[in-house]
Amino acid sequence: MTELPNSTDRKMGLVIDLDTCVGCHACVISCKGWNTENYGAPLSDQNPYGSDPSGTFLNRVHSYEVQPEQGHAQLIHFPKSCLHCEDAPCVTVCPTGASYKRVEDGIVLVNEDHCIGCGLCAWSCPYGARELDLAEGVMKKCTLCVDRIYNENLPEVDRIPSCVRTCPAGARHFGDLGDPDSDVSKLVAERGGMDLMPEMGTKPVNKYLPPRPKDTIEEEIDILAPLLAPVAEEPQGFMGWLDKALDKLPGGAN
Amino acid sequence: MHPAPSVIIFTTLSGLGFGLLFFLGLGQPAVTGMVAFVFYALAFGLACGGLLASTFHLGHPERAWRALTQWKSSWLSREGVCAVGALIVMGLYAIGAVFIDSQWALLGWIGAALSLATVFTTSMIYTQLKTIPRWNMELTPVMFLSFSLAGGALLAGAESLAPWLLAIAGAVQLAYWAKGDKALEASGTNLGTATGLGGRGSVRAFEPPHTGSNYLLREFVHVVGRKHAHKLRMIAFVLGFALPLLLILTPVQGFVIKHVFAALAVLSHLAGVATSRWLFFAQAEHVVGLYYGKR
Repeated sequence: MTELPNSTDRKMGLVIDLDTCVGCHACVISCKGWNTENYGAPLSDQNPYGSDPSGTFLNRVHSYEVQPEQGHAQLIHFPKSCLHCEDAPCVTVCPTGASYKRVEDGIVLVNEDHCIGCGLCAWSCPYGARELDLAEGVMKKCTLCVDRIYNENLPEVDRIPSCVRTCPAGARHFGDLGDPDSDVSKLVAERGGMDLMPEMGTKPVNKYLPPRPKDTIEEEIDILAPLLAPVAEEPQGFMGWLDKALDKLPGGAN
Repeated sequence: MHPAPSVIIFTTLSGLGFGLLFFLGLGQPAVTGMVAFVFYALAFGLACGGLLASTFHLGHPERAWRALTQWKSSWLSREGVCAVGALIVMGLYAIGAVFIDSQWALLGWIGAALSLATVFTTSMIYTQLKTIPRWNMELTPVMFLSFSLAGGALLAGAESLAPWLLAIAGAVQLAYWAKGDKALEASGTNLGTATGLGGRGSVRAFEPPHTGSNYLLREFVHVVGRKHAHKLRMIAFVLGFALPLLLILTPVQGFVIKHVFAALAVLSHLAGVATSRWLFFAQAEHVVGLYYGKR
């Protein structure tokens, strides 16, 4: 059971646009909301209203600052959940067969009735995608909302993962990344979608679209320029005298 | 990594226990009757005590039997199979030695091989993890095996072998620390590759996903005690290898004093290995810490 399939019929996954994500955490909340009351054990919280609250989440949004060699620093919001890797180390390390990758769509799931809660799959995941639920003692992870995407009781528009349905910025896309003609595959090809930690050899299915380069407006003529007072590099007049006078005071010039 | 007491106790005690079983299986010492009973009780106590301790950290220990099923792909499962096999085979061998006064050599060799295989498979659980560069090295199984053999020889009273095995284990320990300290950097994984943003400039973790802690931080980011790592390494090396070596090489006369020295050597070695194992976990950096700007 914990041997990985040689290939999967489809490679369902997410494409996350780092250029568009505004870091609102709506996907985090909708994920927790949907998954705590549907597939498998609920996502428990420990001490939720106390001084040190924590809980199980399947999706978390980080924020990073990137400082290029030249120009301004850029803030990038970074949602992270299970990448449903093709070569998923979390599956093969499982001693009980509870962790598995589905042949039909490539989704990595946990059979919670067989999970002994040893935590080794979380140790083997470079992305921190798996969290042991402290109340239930079993491993929790993103199911790609397997209980939504094939659910004929839901309107068709809702048959996508909860995080994708919720994202107000359109930064999350869902589809078959094994089909080169799918919308998500085209998006990845067009925008240069990338893998996280490719050196780990996990072959993630989920892709991240890098932020687009910033516009530069240097050398452009500013029509307001003549109306703005020029900033003097060297102070003149009274300000110049004051500057020199203050410099002469003990400890003044620096 | 969080140094969970259950896992430290498990790897320390069962490593020693299976080391002793290895020597007993090879007929060293070739004991029978009551003396054999004491040796086997000690070996099984250590090995089983360790295995029991390892189930304490499970979320569902009652399902632990399922861990024997996935030996084709999982090192943890292979460890379980080897451990159960070694205990059964060595149990039969012990019955022969203790009650029937006979040594079934073939059974002993199989038991010895399975005992060593248990230690090796334990070490591979850690070695296989690319996510923890400090463990993902050839030296990790070498360290586990050399510790187990040295401790086993010490307990078995193998006077000619023990000093050599202790010296080798000590050398392996030093090499492991020297190489391990460079492992994370050598792995090439950093916040740049973790986020895929490294090509654009220097990446800094600006804001964590939550203001509080979480399972990942508790399990994988352990920094308390790392500042004492250097002192603890000294303690581990002296107690684990230098002092036991000194104790068994000191020429003493008399049955009682000799056994007292040997017992002190074993206790010192045990304390040293436990310290080393604590460092093994506490100093191991999981790459997921990078996402949080931590190690």
